[in-house]
Formats: sequence, C-alpha cells, structure tokens
Amino acid sequence: MRTVKLLIGLLALMLVLASCQSQSEGKAENMENPQYKIGVHFELTGGVADYGNPEKNGALLAIKQANEKAGYEKYVPVVYDNKSDTTEAVTIATRLVSDKVIGVVGPATSGASAATYQVLNDAKILVVSPSATQNNITRTNPDDASSAVYEYVFRVCFEDSYQGKAMAHFAYKNLNLRKAALYSDNSNDYSKGIVKAFEEAFKELGGQVLANEYYTANDTDFASVLTKLKALDIDSIYVAGYYAEAGLIIKQAKEMGINVTFLGGDGFDSEVLVELATAENLNNVYYTTGYTTVNASDALKAFIEAYSKDYSNEPSLFAALAYDATNTLIQAIEQGGSQTADFQQNLLKGSYSGVTGSYTFDESHTPIKSVLVVELVNGVQENATPVTTK
Amino acid sequence: MNQFLQQCINGLSLGSIYALIALGYTMVYGIIKLINFAHGDIYMLGAYIGYLFATKTELGLIETLLFAMVSCAVIGVVIEKIAYKPLRNAAKITVLITAIGISFFIESVVQKTMGTSALAYPQLIQNSIFQLGEITITSQQILIISTSLVLMVILQFVVYKTKIGKAMRAVSVDKAAASLMGINVNQVISFTFALGSALAAAAGVLVGIYYSSINPLMGLIPGIKAFIAAVFGGIGILPGAVIGGLGIGVIETLVAGYGSSLYKDAIVYLVLIIILLIKPTGLLGKNEKEKV
Repeated sequence: MRTVKLLIGLLALMLVLASCQSQSEGKAENMENPQYKIGVHFELTGGVADYGNPEKNGALLAIKQANEKAGYEKYVPVVYDNKSDTTEAVTIATRLVSDKVIGVVGPATSGASAATYQVLNDAKILVVSPSATQNNITRTNPDDASSAVYEYVFRVCFEDSYQGKAMAHFAYKNLNLRKAALYSDNSNDYSKGIVKAFEEAFKELGGQVLANEYYTANDTDFASVLTKLKALDIDSIYVAGYYAEAGLIIKQAKEMGINVTFLGGDGFDSEVLVELATAENLNNVYYTTGYTTVNASDALKAFIEAYSKDYSNEPSLFAALAYDATNTLIQAIEQGGSQTADFQQNLLKGSYSGVTGSYTFDESHTPIKSVLVVELVNGVQENATPVTTK
Repeated sequence: MNQFLQQCINGLSLGSIYALIALGYTMVYGIIKLINFAHGDIYMLGAYIGYLFATKTELGLIETLLFAMVSCAVIGVVIEKIAYKPLRNAAKITVLITAIGISFFIESVVQKTMGTSALAYPQLIQNSIFQLGEITITSQQILIISTSLVLMVILQFVVYKTKIGKAMRAVSVDKAAASLMGINVNQVISFTFALGSALAAAAGVLVGIYYSSINPLMGLIPGIKAFIAAVFGGIGILPGAVIGGLGIGVIETLVAGYGSSLYKDAIVYLVLIIILLIKPTGLLGKNEKEKV
C-alpha cells in the first residue's frame, strides 16, 4: 500500500516538473514570436445578439487565419459577452484593460461601443469598431462635429448620415422617385440617423416627404400604419431599420396591395429578410450597403467559403465588417512597431482592402469608402450601383 | 369610413392576441394574487414549440395548436411547482421577483438553444384575401379572431359550468375555507396554470402564423400589454381580460392610424396610468369577492 502511495507521489511530482518545463518553454518561444491579445467584445446574448454573434464569428475567423499564416498562436482572442447591455460593456472594457489586450474589436452597436471608448482610449488600447455607424461616434462628443477625436478609436463602417444621403440621391436621380413616406424605428439611433439624413437630402433635392411614421424594435404588427400609408399618394417607402422588422413590413405591405418602391439601409442585409418577407414580395426593393456578393471579388469569395465552412451559414454584412475590422487591426500590428502608438500611426497612414471594399481613414478615423445600392429581384441581390452624393 | 373599419379589423385581430394572453394573467392573479411576469415567455415558448412541431412533423394547424397547448400546459405546471409553490407563504414581492427571474431564464434558454435570430414560421394555412368593398380581411385574421373566441367560450364554460371551475372560484374567494371544504388547493392552482399557459401557447402559435416571424424576445412587449389589458378590464375578472385585450388592441391601432405611430405605445401605457388613478379595480371591477 505504501509503495503505491509513494509511486503516485512520484508520478505527481514528475507531472508538476514536466508542466514547469513546458511553461518555461512557452515563455522562451514568446521571446522570438511575440503574442498579442485581441479583445473580441460583442453582444452574444440579449436583444441585439443577432448582430453580435456573426461579428464574433467574423472576428475569430480573421484571428484564426492570421495565426495560420504566422504558424503559431500569434493572436490570442479574449472573448466577452456584454449581454446587449451598455453598463456591462463598460465593465468589460475595464476588464479588457486589466487583461492587457493590444486592441479590441466590437461591440456591434453604436451605444455600447461609445460607452467603451473613453476607458479603452485612456488605457491606450486600439479599438476598431466593426459597425458603430452613429454620426461622429469616434469623437469625444458625438453631438459636436468639431470635438476632439479619440486617438485610439477607429471604425470600418460608414456613418449613418452618409448612407441615408446616398439613398436619397439614388432614389431621386436614378429611380425618379418624388413622394416618399418614412418609416423608422424610434428606439434605435441607427434608424433615427439614417432616416434624418435621407429626409434632409431628399427634400433638398426637391422630393416630398408625405408621412413620417415610427415603429419599435420587435414590433410585429404594422397593419395600422400601412393602412394609413395605403391611402396616401406615395411612390416609395423608406424603411429605416433592421431586417427583422423590415421583412415583415414589406410582406404585410405587399399583401395589403401597396405596390410602391421600398428603400432601406444596410440593416436589410440578411438572409432572414428573404425568409420573413418571402422571395416573391422582394421586388422593387433597394438598399444601401457596403457589402454585396454581386460581382464578388476573389478575396470575398475566399472569405465566404472559409466562413461557411467554419460556421455552416453564409456570412452577413455584420460578419464581413467584423472580419475587416479584425484584419485591419492585425495588419496595423504586422506593419511593424513595438508599441501601441506605432500601430496607431500605421492605422492612420495605411490603406486597407477588405471584403467590404477598400478604404483609408479620414481625420475622424472613419473610412472613406463607396456606398453601393443593391436591388432585390425575387429576393436575390442584383445590380449593385455605386453612388456618390456629389 | 372604410379606412376606419379596416383599422378596427386590424385592431381586433391584434386585440384578440392580447386577450388570450391577458386571460392567463387574470386567472393566475385571481387564484394566487401573483402577477406572473413569466407569462409572456410561455407565449413565446408556445410559438417555438409549435414551430418545432410543425417543421419536424409537417402536420397541420389543429395538431400543432393542440401540441403546443398541451406542452405549455405541462411547462406551466412544472414552473408553478418548482418556482412558485415553495414560496406560497412568502412575501408577494419575493414571488414577483421569482417570476421575473423565470422570465429571464426562459428567454436565455431559448436564445441559447434556438438562436437569437427571428425565425420564419411555417405557413400552416393558405392565406387568402377577402375583399368586402374596400375592406380587406385575410383568412389569417379570421382564424385569429375565431380561434380566440372559441377558446374564450370554452374557458368560460370550464370556469362556470364544471366542478373544477367551481373549485377555482372557491379558491379565489378564500383559499383556507376552500381547503376546509375538501378542495385540493394545490391541484386547483396547478390546473389554473395549465389553463392559462395553454391559452398563451395558442396565442403564440397564432401570432407565429399571422406575422410569420418569431424571436426569443417576442413575449416581452405583448406580455406587458396583455398585463395592461388585464388591469384595464379589471384584473381577476375573465370577461374583463377579453374586453381589456380587444380595447387595448383597438386603441393602439387607432392611435397609429389617426394620430402618430410614435405615440402608440405611450398611449397604451397612459391608459394603464389613467385606469390605476381613476378606477384601480378596472372597467368591470366591483368588489373583491367577484374574482375568479
């Protein structure tokens, strides 16, 4: 009996020694091959988990590919879920600081993102936001377009006002629409931002806005407002919001016999839109986006293939933006330097080519890239037209 | 005028959903004086169970509806046994907080297992559109209104014409006295939860078919509005829940149709505040003793 105990003791000792050794080996490797921690901070549960999850997948795919290229685990993802809660997002930002990450990708929504900027910027941690589209969000005071820009905060999506304006120009000039109704989500900053920009630009061009209606996220009954819109003499409805409601709005409108042109923003971009609205209702529908699979480039095809292989579904705009955001951060690190300030300079000067287009950053750390208007024909994306607002 | 009638039809189909959910709230409140905040999530569960059943078995509407109702009745009873029964003699606020906890629990479990995205509901009935002059009624609207009415009539029958219904009414008046008369109070409470949950499940399936979209948080707002409907009609009173539900549905629709859609939810909450200020017992509320 005693010998058995002794043997077990010896075995345990050997195991401890062995693990010590492998640890010291790990450290030695680190000297030659530096490791960087990247914060992957998204809404994985809660109200907007639907946008956070694909973004997490996109970010992890980019990290995985970079590690494969490096030949070792150069980038270590540190994944957090903020439960779609802004207060939780701030707590996580603080935790990411103590985790000593080099950079952070996420969260998905503007509100949660803005809440983390101050903490991370003060700690000199780079932030690349995939989809914080609120106007001037990279500034310390988003309501003041001349306030200081957070030094370490960048984003890879265009601003709300930019795509709202682009759609107004497209609707007026390319589609010859003159009488629009607006239908937006009054619980959502993104929706309010794009609808305001659309309204201003459309009126400026000479178009009329005949109705301004609102819904709330997770609404499913739009019959009352649509009945009202049906009685108006309009040629288009601008639905500012996400696909979950937009799909139902289009379906209910078409079933009611409202056959006008439907316009929208990049919130339409999802397979679920087609499932909810059904393909036969998705004709004469146009939306602005930075990402389309129409005329896909080779890089985009490769991304779609890799993503579908890992996650067994097609990537959405959100996955693509997070993939680009993560790659942008990684590229800035790869471009050389020893500390965060060097990488920040790399970001400012570099030009990037991602699956959502090529871009450089302007003085507010927002990308300069073109807006595409995609037409849906029987639920399938067709005819991507680049739009300028000049 | 035509538009007004059309809006009323829209309001009635929305309202019958609120009424079905409100009935569950009102029954549970009538029996154990608990606002069961997890009730909206039972409605969501019903929609998901119906979704799984219809996609896996490809059976029709009646089977799906019955399966979802029976499953949710069982789930409702289990929740009552696990979460509320041990707290039967605890302070009301404790039970209320437990109900909110259950609500979050159900939402998270569904988000985790079924995904967070909205799902497209299988079309269990062909949606045909009837044109009456300039008014359109869809077969789905007729289905919602008629199914709700049938279920409400059945419920009324159960509560007023059967033995267990008599027991329910007795328990709601005085629990201790009822148990002295040989009524098994726990059994009656379980039965109440089963009935309420089955109605919520029916509402869930109907909503899934009508709007063709379900998501894990779909129970939140209808749950709150059904609660308002129950208070509006007089909480604890069955016809009150029906009148309240239809009333809230029509008010919401008319506000969006003729006022501003920006205020449609605000007006519904305003109705709650006004009712609580002017007639806290609700439209049909008289004195405490009439409750079921």
